Amino acid sequence: MAGNADHAVDYAAGMLMAPTSLADWLIVAPSLITIIGGASLVMLRYQAKWHGYLACFYLAALVLVDALLLSRVMVEGPITMTMGRWLPPFGITLVVDALGGLMALIAAIVALAVCVYSLADISVTSTRFGFYPALLWMMTGITGSFLTGDIFNLYVWFEVMLISSFGLLIVDGERIQLDGAMKYAVLNLMATTLFLVTTGYLYGAVGSLNMADIALRLREMPEGAAPMGTIATLYLLAFSMKAAAFPVNFWLPASYHTPKIVVSAIFAGLLTKVGVYALIRTLVLVMPEGRDMLSDLIAWIAALTMIVGAIGALAQNDVRRTFGFLVVGGIGSSMVGVAVGTQDAITGAILYAVNSILVMTALYLAFGILMRKNGGKVNLADLGGGYRASSWLSILFLALVFAASGLPPFSGFWPKMVLVESSLKEGYGWLAFSVLISGFITTIAMGRVWAHAFWRGGPIGTQDGRDAAPLYTLSEIVRRRVFVPVMALVAMIVYIGVYPSPVFSVSQYGAATLLKPDQYFDAVFGPVRAQEKERAEAQAVEGHRLNEASENGAVQNSEGAH
Amino acid sequence: MEGVLSILVGIFFAVSIYLMMSRYTIRIMLGVAALSNAVNLLIFTSGRLMREVPPIIPEGASVPAMPTANPLPQALILTAIVISFSFLAFLLVLAYRAYQELGTDDITQMRVAEPADEDLPPVSY
Repeated sequence: MAGNADHAVDYAAGMLMAPTSLADWLIVAPSLITIIGGASLVMLRYQAKWHGYLACFYLAALVLVDALLLSRVMVEGPITMTMGRWLPPFGITLVVDALGGLMALIAAIVALAVCVYSLADISVTSTRFGFYPALLWMMTGITGSFLTGDIFNLYVWFEVMLISSFGLLIVDGERIQLDGAMKYAVLNLMATTLFLVTTGYLYGAVGSLNMADIALRLREMPEGAAPMGTIATLYLLAFSMKAAAFPVNFWLPASYHTPKIVVSAIFAGLLTKVGVYALIRTLVLVMPEGRDMLSDLIAWIAALTMIVGAIGALAQNDVRRTFGFLVVGGIGSSMVGVAVGTQDAITGAILYAVNSILVMTALYLAFGILMRKNGGKVNLADLGGGYRASSWLSILFLALVFAASGLPPFSGFWPKMVLVESSLKEGYGWLAFSVLISGFITTIAMGRVWAHAFWRGGPIGTQDGRDAAPLYTLSEIVRRRVFVPVMALVAMIVYIGVYPSPVFSVSQYGAATLLKPDQYFDAVFGPVRAQEKERAEAQAVEGHRLNEASENGAVQNSEGAH
Repeated sequence: MEGVLSILVGIFFAVSIYLMMSRYTIRIMLGVAALSNAVNLLIFTSGRLMREVPPIIPEGASVPAMPTANPLPQALILTAIVISFSFLAFLLVLAYRAYQELGTDDITQMRVAEPADEDLPPVSY
């Protein structure tokens, strides 16, 4: 501190003295890329035509950085970086483990796909209103949530994500968007405020905000010393609201069909999964005791969420709202894993979240292509003739229908299999049954969407499409920009379905780190412990030397040696 | 002292929940404003209270002379105030725009996104 030079300040006691290695800057790079990228686009607001390309460039860089991070985590275990080099329980620590790295990578891939699609879908007006900066800043919040190791910091990233998502939701300011945004904004704000309330309680009970530190302290506390039940229940409520789990899910189908299709796609893919991620992080890693208390409640919530999602999907005429209910159902499947809580179950939850991110985004985008072709019709009764208009699109869509329902050989099959198996093993037979029954209802609902939109020759009321108006054909450049992202996502879904072991092993490693978090704790506190050990040794040597010196009668002033 | 503040926090929460259960957007906004203040007070209280001892280290010492007020909750609250203030500003504008476009501030009348008389999906192929 300035003005304090009259007495020596021992920085080494309060800071990490080892310099941050260059490779560790990778951990903070995702946030930097997206924040600086968004800011640069705001500065270039009069060059709207560059926005899309630049945003795609930044997101491609984000994919690259996240891939590097994940590959490093898979080799070295969790890696950390502490802001300002303050000692970890005090400074904000960013931690990348396999779960966070995997989610961040998949999120970045999906965002890149959405960005490429936006090149054909976002008008110059929307660009001027700041669509791309909001997209990049939302990715800042999402990636930050996945990579932080500090619970208050997680709250801040949630808010970054939320305020940018408000911007994306109302970018055109239409009536329906304002209506949907009112419900979305108020209920999501309440959820994050509830998260903050709970964090306040947790801080009051434990006295720390660093996730690893809280987890260690809670494990050492005698039973009943902290109000674990209250805190875990409040976190469950807050993150369930964020993730749209059953009793608090109604904001999602009320708002997700109102914005542009690209915005719906990225919201459906990513926002609710951040809630699931936070739920896994807090309940499994930070307070496993709380999860054990609540496991039956979570199991009920999971089952009801799956069933409500599937039945809700069946009852909708607007296809985008059908998809909204599918998102809800997918959250239920992921929560099955949290409820069961074994390593296999958590693996299944992570895998399902990955599958759901890819499939929901691809579904909205594929349906967006169909909407472009039929002039924006969304009601099931008005759709038809999709197969004749584009056989490629109908094949891609059918693959997504299968993946969303959890049928092989697509990515939805494996997580459901793992979840069913692990719930049967833990005696949750009824939970396994609800996974299967919700998958069955989803198959009916999605099969009906495909049959009406693609297989039928024309809308209901026409004689099998013979007197229906033909669908539009897209220009070459538009076709390339809308089909490439959907094809890429479907290719990933098929790849994971046919060859699941890479993603499976990453998820399994992530689940193992959550359940036996010694590696995680070592990564956070390792540098501090090493430094303390070094100091203790140095002091021992120093003390030894001083003793010898005083024995010899040659007392030296050793003040300067520090 | 913590007890008194806890009761105050409880009153704040009760007021905000009562307001947010209203049908009218402006009352919901007031409820959100009260809620954020309730949270700020809650964090302040959960950091434990200590009167009139600022966390300043006296000249020449390296630790404070006596137990001091906890500075961390104040940093947290400052962050939360800034965030909740910006959100409230956004929500007020959003509510006003929604009132302009939809012609009502009664949320039961806001049925543009979810029409009450929506057609059922076709039951046959």
